[in-house]
This record gives sequence, structure tokens and C-alpha cells, in this order.
Amino acid sequence: MGTRTAATEHAPAAQTAAGAAAQPDSTTRTGLLIIGASQSGVQLAVSLRALGFDEHITLLGDEDHRPYQRPALSKEFLQGTVESESLIFRSNDYWAEHNVDLVKGEYIVKIDKEADGSGVAHSSSGRQFPFKRLALTVGARARKLEIEGGDLDGVLYLRNADDALALKARVGDAQDVVVIGGGFIGLEAASSLQKMGKNVTVLEFGPRLVGRAVGEETAEYFLQAHRARGLDIRLNTSAKRFTARGAAGEKQTAVAGVELQDGTVLPAQIVLVGIGVIPNTQLAEQLGLTVDNGIVVDRFALASDGTTVAIGDCANMPNPVPGSAPGERIRLESVNNAIEHAKVAAYSLTGRREEYAGIPWFWSNQADLKLQIAGLCNGYDQTVLRRDEERGKFSVLYYRQGQVIAADCVNAPLDFMAVKNALAKGKNIPADAAADPATPLKTITTDS
Amino acid sequence: MPTVHFTDAEGAVRDVQGNPGDSVMETAVRNGVPGIVAECGGSLSCATCHVFVREDCLAQLPPMEDMEDEMLYGTAVDREDNSRLSCQLRLTDEVELFVTTPETQV
Repeated sequence: MGTRTAATEHAPAAQTAAGAAAQPDSTTRTGLLIIGASQSGVQLAVSLRALGFDEHITLLGDEDHRPYQRPALSKEFLQGTVESESLIFRSNDYWAEHNVDLVKGEYIVKIDKEADGSGVAHSSSGRQFPFKRLALTVGARARKLEIEGGDLDGVLYLRNADDALALKARVGDAQDVVVIGGGFIGLEAASSLQKMGKNVTVLEFGPRLVGRAVGEETAEYFLQAHRARGLDIRLNTSAKRFTARGAAGEKQTAVAGVELQDGTVLPAQIVLVGIGVIPNTQLAEQLGLTVDNGIVVDRFALASDGTTVAIGDCANMPNPVPGSAPGERIRLESVNNAIEHAKVAAYSLTGRREEYAGIPWFWSNQADLKLQIAGLCNGYDQTVLRRDEERGKFSVLYYRQGQVIAADCVNAPLDFMAVKNALAKGKNIPADAAADPATPLKTITTDS
Repeated sequence: MPTVHFTDAEGAVRDVQGNPGDSVMETAVRNGVPGIVAECGGSLSCATCHVFVREDCLAQLPPMEDMEDEMLYGTAVDREDNSRLSCQLRLTDEVELFVTTPETQV
């Protein structure tokens, strides 16, 4: 049986979807309201429809864009190698056919909710969105750098599409860029901007790059690799204030430089700040849900009221890695988590109970360095380094009590895949055999 | 317009019209073809957009680069000679492609 679907992308999403969907009456509390048209919000709607959930779904976001993929914003999109249209998750036809009402540009400021889980959400424009069940896929926001000059024009962040568009709009006129923060987003953007011909300096407050996400060896590898590619990276360095363009007495509105603690001033027409994110918990707090570094949820993605689901970057959840210590909690910022957590929430919303269990994985593309991470390395007591200088491959495997628990792999997808698959199947890759980079890991995987 | 015919592991066929320049993966995902996951959005990081290409369509596809080749060794369903990652397959003007999606991608 064949169905024919044309990929047309012309009509504004909200109109198309609203036309086909049965719009709930503003006073009846039916259907599911998903706040956050994010990776996890989109996946939740998609997974629910795949499971046969037949109630109305409203997928609401505060941006004026159809739901899009974020990872490319610091890479392909910034460099102009992909079009914005390529970042759109689903066609308008898809949402219309699946009875999902997309709402753009509405910022929810207050939610009234009853004990049964139903309620009404109020937006800043005065619109009301009634619901029978509520899902919070509200993500996280960029942490602000509160120093003198932080509000100058040209001091930018990179979290959403508008941030990326603002950065792109200024890149043409800028020659010097200072990136503050040597984490994934900072290094990805710095690599992109360097490739676009900018003079880029990266300031990292800590003693090494990508502080918490990778181990020591990987951080050192990236430091050397980026420096070898001409990126100016300064560790243990922080900005004291941003200086402004224009003579004294004139109104100074645009950034001109970054003054370091030692008094050095680096010229900068753009400052890009990437110093981490803060989970968006305001609505959860207002609802009286338990909040602690994110919205606290159980293994089924349910918040403390037992009816609201909260998933993705905004959720603090039991560590999903099988065998984790009881009570160990974690908040993950990744595409993989957004997707897998959404699937768990979809089960919870359809009356099935599936505990969240899985091996987290991450990726980051920086210049020609393709980093893939399988598992979580915290608590490791041994590492094994696999290095193939000639082919530019580098992997670190992490072990705890002889069992492989994670790997950072640079330009080494075979290693990444082998570790990811071993972890998923509860297998091991013995450390002594893994040390020879010529041995494919897949061939030495054992039943632990 | 380019057309991609997706056959799933059970044999159900779905024909999707795409846009020149888009990848087979994008065409599938945007239209909700269920057999393609594509977690990484096309950055060649996840191997969850694996397809088997009908033999007579293989020749018109761009050659496989090393990274795609290596990633294909990590697919959920083992690769075959006609395996490709659909994020690497760009549609050209009047192309007509026949692909089969594997039983699972993760």
C-alpha cells in the first residue's frame, strides 16, 4: 500500500495545523499541552502518535520559528553550509496529518493546574491554552556573564535560532572574535568562525577545555589539536570587563574589546559567550513541582505531582545508565537524551510504564575533529588510550573496576560504535586487549 | 521532482517527493517515514538513517567516504553491500530512488 506525500513547506505552520486539527474549546480541558517546541517536545508528539495516542496535542513554543534542530546552529548553519529550511524537524503537512497544533511565539507566564493534572496555561499575549495533561519540554537558557559591558551590542550568546541569526548578521563586519568558554558550544563556534576567516581567541576560566564532559586526555588532545590548527586558546583566563567603541563622552554602545584580569585588552567586534546553561524551571516552580538543578522527575519522566511530565535538558532524573547507584541523579543536555526521555514520557502519558534506561551518547564537531562520546565517564578508575597518529584517530576508553563504562572517540567511529554497542548489550571490552589501536574493538568484545 | 520510494522491513511502501539538494534522510524525517531515525540530524555521527539501496540505483549515488563507511559498521542491523547512510545521499533533479529501511535503527 502506498501513500503519496509531497514535501511542501509554504504555509505558515500554525495556520495549516490549526486548520486540520480539532481546536479544543477554550473552556474544556482536553488533550495534551507540550510547552517547548524543542527536540524533546517534537519527539514527544511524534512518539505519542506512533503509540496511538489520539487526543489533541498542542506543541507550543516561544520562538517565531517552526520547531528546528539546534546542533547545527554553531556549525553548519553558522558557516552557511546548510539552509535554515534543512533544520526544520517536520513538514507542515506532517503536523496537520497527525493532528498536532503548532503554536509559535507564545511565551507561557503562568499555569493554573488542578490536582487531576488538567489546567490552563496563560501566555504573555493573553492567550489561554487549556489542557488535560501537561508536558514541560522547556529546555535551558544560556548562562549570562554578568560583568561590566555585558549589555553592549555585539556581546552575544548562542542557544537558539535567533541567536545564530544575530551572530551571522554581524560576522561579515567583524574581524576579531573573542569566545568566552572552552566548552562544546564555544569550541564549535570558535572553529566555525575561524574557518570563516575570523581571528578567534578562546578564553577558558578553568585549567582545561570541556571541563566536565570529557576526561583529562581528551581535553588535552583538543587543546593541542586546536592550537595546531591556529586557534588561540587561553586557559585559566577570564574576562574582567568589555570595553566599548567610541570616544569618551559619546554614547558607547558597541563592544570593542575584552579586558582580561591582567589588564590585557583583546580587540573584539564580537564576543560570543558560551559558559553553560541554566535549566528553565520557572513554570515548574510556579506549579509547586520539586526543582533541584532542573525539574525533578522519576524514572517514568513524571514530576513530583505525579501527572506532569518533564523531559530533556530541563529534567533532573535518575541516572538512566543500567547499574547506576540507587538514588544517583543526573541532568543531561543532549539530543539523544531529549529523544529517549521523550519516548519514556510518551509511554507514561499513554498508561504504560517503561523505566528510562539507556546509554547516553553525545557528539561535537569542531573543525575536522569529529568527537563522539558513548556512555558517562564519571567514576572511572582506569583509561586506555588508542591513538593512530597517521590516520588522525584518537580514542580514550574509560573503565571502572575492569568494566568499560564510556569512550571519547575522535575521528574514530568504529571505536565509538563498538563501545556504544558493548555498553548497550551489557558487554565488556577488556582493557589490556583494547590498548592496541590496530585491533578492532568489535572483535574483542566479551560477555564481561 | 525527485522521488524516493521507501519500503519498510515488512514490505509496506511509501513514496515521498523530495526537493533537489535535500538528503534522502531529510526527506524521510520531514515527512515522518518511520524507518529512519536520524538522531544527529545528518552530521554523520549516529548511523540511525541506514538504508538498503536497490541495486540498480546504486550507480547514480555519490561515492562513499571513509567516515560513512566506518559508521556503517555500527548500524543496528548489519550492513550489506548495498547499505548507505541516507543523510549522505543528496537528491538530484529527476532522480527516482528505491530504498528499504532496516527493521530497526537503534
